[in-house]
Amino acid sequence: MAELIQSEMRHTGFLGLLQRVGLSGRALVMAIPYGWLLLFFLIPFLIVLKIALAESQMAIPPFTPLLETVEELKYQITVTFYNFHYMVTDDLYIIAYLNSLKIAFVSTICCLVLGYPVAYAIAKADPKWRAPLLMLVILPFWTSFLIRVYAWIGILSNNGVLNNFLMWLGIIDQPLQILYTPMATYIGITYSYLPFMILPLYSTLERMDNTLLEAAADLGCPPWKAFLTITLPLSIPGMIAGSLLVFIPATGEFVIPELLGGPDTLMIGRTLWTEFFNNRDWPLASAVAVALLLFLVVPIMLFQNVQGKQGGHP
Amino acid sequence: MPKSWFLRFGLLIGLLFLYLPILLLIVLSFNDNRSISVWSEFSFRWYGELMQDDQLLSAAWLSVRVAFISASCAVVLGTLAGMMLARFGAFKGRALFSGMVSAPLVMPEVILGLALLLLFVSLEQLTGWPEGRGMLTIVLAHITFTMSFVTVVVQSRLVSMDASLEEAAMDLGARPAKVFFVITLPLIAPAIVSGWLLAFTLSLDDLVITSFVSGPGSTTLPQVVFSSVRLGLSPKINALATIVVAIVATGIIAAGFYNARQERLRKRDEQMAQQG
Repeated sequence: MAELIQSEMRHTGFLGLLQRVGLSGRALVMAIPYGWLLLFFLIPFLIVLKIALAESQMAIPPFTPLLETVEELKYQITVTFYNFHYMVTDDLYIIAYLNSLKIAFVSTICCLVLGYPVAYAIAKADPKWRAPLLMLVILPFWTSFLIRVYAWIGILSNNGVLNNFLMWLGIIDQPLQILYTPMATYIGITYSYLPFMILPLYSTLERMDNTLLEAAADLGCPPWKAFLTITLPLSIPGMIAGSLLVFIPATGEFVIPELLGGPDTLMIGRTLWTEFFNNRDWPLASAVAVALLLFLVVPIMLFQNVQGKQGGHP
Repeated sequence: MPKSWFLRFGLLIGLLFLYLPILLLIVLSFNDNRSISVWSEFSFRWYGELMQDDQLLSAAWLSVRVAFISASCAVVLGTLAGMMLARFGAFKGRALFSGMVSAPLVMPEVILGLALLLLFVSLEQLTGWPEGRGMLTIVLAHITFTMSFVTVVVQSRLVSMDASLEEAAMDLGARPAKVFFVITLPLIAPAIVSGWLLAFTLSLDDLVITSFVSGPGSTTLPQVVFSSVRLGLSPKINALATIVVAIVATGIIAAGFYNARQERLRKRDEQMAQQG
């Protein structure tokens, strides 16, 4: 498509000068977002990597320079793997990583189980109901994330709504300790990321060819079997996209374990935050970030692949 | 409504799960009592206290300014990036570019926040700019992570849109810049508006990245909210939540009606054209 536009441009009587102006305009258009992302997205990661290889020191900024001028035109590069070594030897970090992966994984499954029927119901609904129902799913996403997480404190705390309700029903006599446990973190992540699961699932299910289901029904296939053998496999792309949208950010989540999880819920995003803000150990925080990124490289690449297919190349 | 009872039930559970917590905050914001388990009487007490909290109000004002500036810049950058991905075909470094655009969509915020802070510190050491951290660094960081969302919205609109109008204009000798401003821009205007709103909301709501790149004199609304809810429940925050929900719901419902009206008008035009 774009190639076509270009070739058209060359043929439809653009004078050389105009063409050059047009082309340099194109280069300018490209240079602005490209340059911005290089400066504010790619280079920062290289700096994180650099500082992860530096040593912590009591100064401003609190890390040793990697490149030092020993004499004029003579540089000395000091690289230390101390931070990575420290992370491998201290159990805290390994436990935090594994715990983050576990919490993110379980929450993703919860989102899938809870979100699939919602997405399916909306996709199967009367067309005039679809837009309002989708709006209902998206609306919480536009209200503050922080406030929605905070709402769960009032629900889950010992004298909160849930415990009062269960005691009123007579199911329990003592309040359950849910707030400040990993359980509250699972609930919080599932709640906050549910719309991210529903939307890609819905768009896959809505696009699905209904004639396949009709054919199956004509041939005497019961609806549940048609669902398992046709709908479910065909919705796998949506399930993957939704799961990645939940899993990747949930692994590095900070706000939810901090507000709901209590001190025992170790997650790596929280560890990074503590190293940075409380211990002021920037190099160690950078090393934690690099390691987290390494864990997430495969899911992120997978996500970009899915995203690229959805965006559609011209 | 879907026909099967199972689906209706699933939908109901999902929506209740999404809405009950928000409804609870709204109800509690009118409770005169500080405790959540005791309802004493209906009152606007917490709204009054909210309006007197100078720290919170000035943080809210800073957040709105930051969100306005970042969303406006992010829309320009995101639209250009969306154009590149949807219309420019294969260009050198396309894979890297599309990677850099889509990574912030899922990148954990702690990583992005730390990376941007280290960039600002290093830049300051090397060039003396940006001087310290404050509103400027917050805006730069917010532009960076919100532009990806704008790009996705604009790109998907462009991909779903027929390029034949643009090609026709090119054939008739219009310059690329003119084609963009006269043909493409009006067609993708709805996507740009929703991209702006999305960027504005994300910026207004961001806590983690902001905490890394903000300075002592610049505290945004989420930072104030976070430090007060970290210690447990705070009825003032319930009132704030209710105000936020009211604004957002009004905006979204208005947008929904506007879209439905546009759709009706378009259908009527199409019908008239067919009869015509």
